[in-house]
Amino acid sequence: MTLELKNVTKRFGSFTAVDNLSLEIPENNIFGFLGANGAGKTTTFRMILNLIDQSDGSITWNGEEINYNNSDRIGYLPEERGLYPKLKVRDQLIYLGKLRGLSKNDASNELKKWLDRLKVPQYLDKKVEELSKGNQQKIQFISAVIHKPKLLILDEPFSGLDPVNVEMLKEAVEELGRSGTSIVFSSHRMEHVEQLCEHLCMLQKGKTILHGNLKEIKRSFGKKNLSIEADCDLDFVNQIPGVLKTTPFSGGMVCQIESEAVSQAVLEKLIGKGFIRKFELDEPSLNDIFIEKAGESYE
Amino acid sequence: MNKFWIVFSHTFMSKIKAKSFIITTALFLAFIIIMSNIQSIMDIFDQEEVDQVAVVTETDSFYESLDNSLQAAESDIEIVRYNGTLEKAQEQVIDGEYSAVLEITEQEQLPAAVYYTADMSSTSIESTLNQALEQIKTEIATNKAGLDPGTIATIYEPMSFEKEPIVAEGEEGSVKTEEELSGARGLVYVILFLLYFAVIAYGNMIATDIANEKTSRVMEILISSSSPVSQMFAKILGIGSVGLVQMLLYLGVGYIVIQQKQEELVGGFFEFFGLSETSASTFVYAIVFFLLGYFLYATLSAMLGSLVSRTEDVQQLMTPVILLIVVAFMISIFGLSNPSSQFVTIASYIPFFSPMAMFLRVGMLNIPFWEVGLSIAILIITIVILAIVGARVYRGGVLMYGTSTSLKDFKKALQLSKKD
Repeated sequence: MTLELKNVTKRFGSFTAVDNLSLEIPENNIFGFLGANGAGKTTTFRMILNLIDQSDGSITWNGEEINYNNSDRIGYLPEERGLYPKLKVRDQLIYLGKLRGLSKNDASNELKKWLDRLKVPQYLDKKVEELSKGNQQKIQFISAVIHKPKLLILDEPFSGLDPVNVEMLKEAVEELGRSGTSIVFSSHRMEHVEQLCEHLCMLQKGKTILHGNLKEIKRSFGKKNLSIEADCDLDFVNQIPGVLKTTPFSGGMVCQIESEAVSQAVLEKLIGKGFIRKFELDEPSLNDIFIEKAGESYE
Repeated sequence: MNKFWIVFSHTFMSKIKAKSFIITTALFLAFIIIMSNIQSIMDIFDQEEVDQVAVVTETDSFYESLDNSLQAAESDIEIVRYNGTLEKAQEQVIDGEYSAVLEITEQEQLPAAVYYTADMSSTSIESTLNQALEQIKTEIATNKAGLDPGTIATIYEPMSFEKEPIVAEGEEGSVKTEEELSGARGLVYVILFLLYFAVIAYGNMIATDIANEKTSRVMEILISSSSPVSQMFAKILGIGSVGLVQMLLYLGVGYIVIQQKQEELVGGFFEFFGLSETSASTFVYAIVFFLLGYFLYATLSAMLGSLVSRTEDVQQLMTPVILLIVVAFMISIFGLSNPSSQFVTIASYIPFFSPMAMFLRVGMLNIPFWEVGLSIAILIITIVILAIVGARVYRGGVLMYGTSTSLKDFKKALQLSKKD
């Protein structure tokens, strides 16, 4: 069940929203889609779902095109809430479930299971417009997964949710991933992607700037983060060769270094200057990589 | 196809169950029942009131004639000979004893009257009295001139004026009789109003429904699960069926009400509308043109509905549609009295006017079948083209969120559904 995008390009008139994008999204995998606003994430999703046609290239899922013959096996959570405001949660989810090929009974059973699971069973007979934004998002999420899709596309699934609910939904997403659903999801929150995805792709103005396995991306990035907390003036660290960037905070600083080896040079210079409370070598965060990569293409 | 029925039944059920629909339908039904019984209702209020009018006159014969003629007409007005002065009588009107005072004087042997009333705005008593006096005057005047009543009757008798068709040899039966024509006219009226009503009410409903789905952005989910074309037509048919249910309810209640009043009306339901002489083919054409007309305007409305992103803008985009149906309606009303005019003939081939104009011609004239066929073919082709363009606009339009409502949107929507 691989989803394959080959040289996909989407032009709106003279504007190119997605430029020559090639991706392979393996089965049973959670795939992260990163990018700033307007990077082309939603456009890519809409092309995958066949809501709009790509200008060039091909999108296949198990070798077949995605169309209304296999749409029952696909789930979609759009970026904006998309529900009937005046319809009750039950009717709403049964209708949307039926449109994805469920029988009325199955839809009814599934929706009860999911409402319990997301701890909102009391909303069964409420109108959607009476719910809070976060709870609407839960209903929206149920509408995307109620028919047990094989491919699930989540566009910014965690926006507008409080931390408790983010955890709840994240767990649900992880479990779906384990049970054999291929999940593609976009976010501009790097930590969500870091926690959930094995593979990811980073878009910048319609172009791929990073693509691959999360661990490999981090490894190949080379640069590391070093956090230091010590009772002395740390300004001198800037002078050490191999230190690329420093971000001081009260009582310490975080610096980006070219490679692991540089950390030892820093340590040598630091010893004897004062009391060292913390000296820690970290993998770079996705955020650092994103800022760097995104910054590069701005220049 | 399966999903078509899911959307269809969802649209149908949610509209039928909507409070606004139930209330409007109930109100209209109540209106039909009240209107058809309006005479009996008014009678309830009017029963106790017999209007007494004081008559002041010096000529006995005038009073007697007036009294006779009012009684003969079973009028609600009762006249009383008042023997006092005019001023006294007027005072008694103010006291509420009489409704009004009528003073009849004699001028050259003929009656002349002054009607004194406290209620200048009401004219019903006055006009009854006026008519009765008018008759008395005519009678006296003709008597004076020495004419006998038989001659008078002859004068007032209407002249015989008949209309007969000229039929070429071998074409007997192809010309519509006066009865058939009036039947057709009745049916044309009914279809004109039904189509007009359907387009305005249900066209709006379709456009609003689609705009609502766009506003709530549920559309993106809908078109990712089933094709826009089947959704659009499911919606058009779903709301069409709602309309059908509503109209059948109105007609059914109307039928029952009229059946109940049959003694008063003389003749049945179909005769009431003048439909008893209408040929079966006219009925078939009525259904065909009504359905085609509905589909044409409904498809157009659906397309326009998918262009707006806010429900508030629906009215603005629907205005041209409503103008079109109003123009079609005007042409047809004009055509009713002049169905063979060039103007109506041309209109009967123009898609947006033809459902009304061609049906009018079919009902009122004898036109060769190919003309009707051509008009129907043009209509069907237009509907198909609109559906194809509409489906593309629908697919692109639902992903388009802006505030403007112009032709530019139309182009943009088409562009969005294209590859480049």
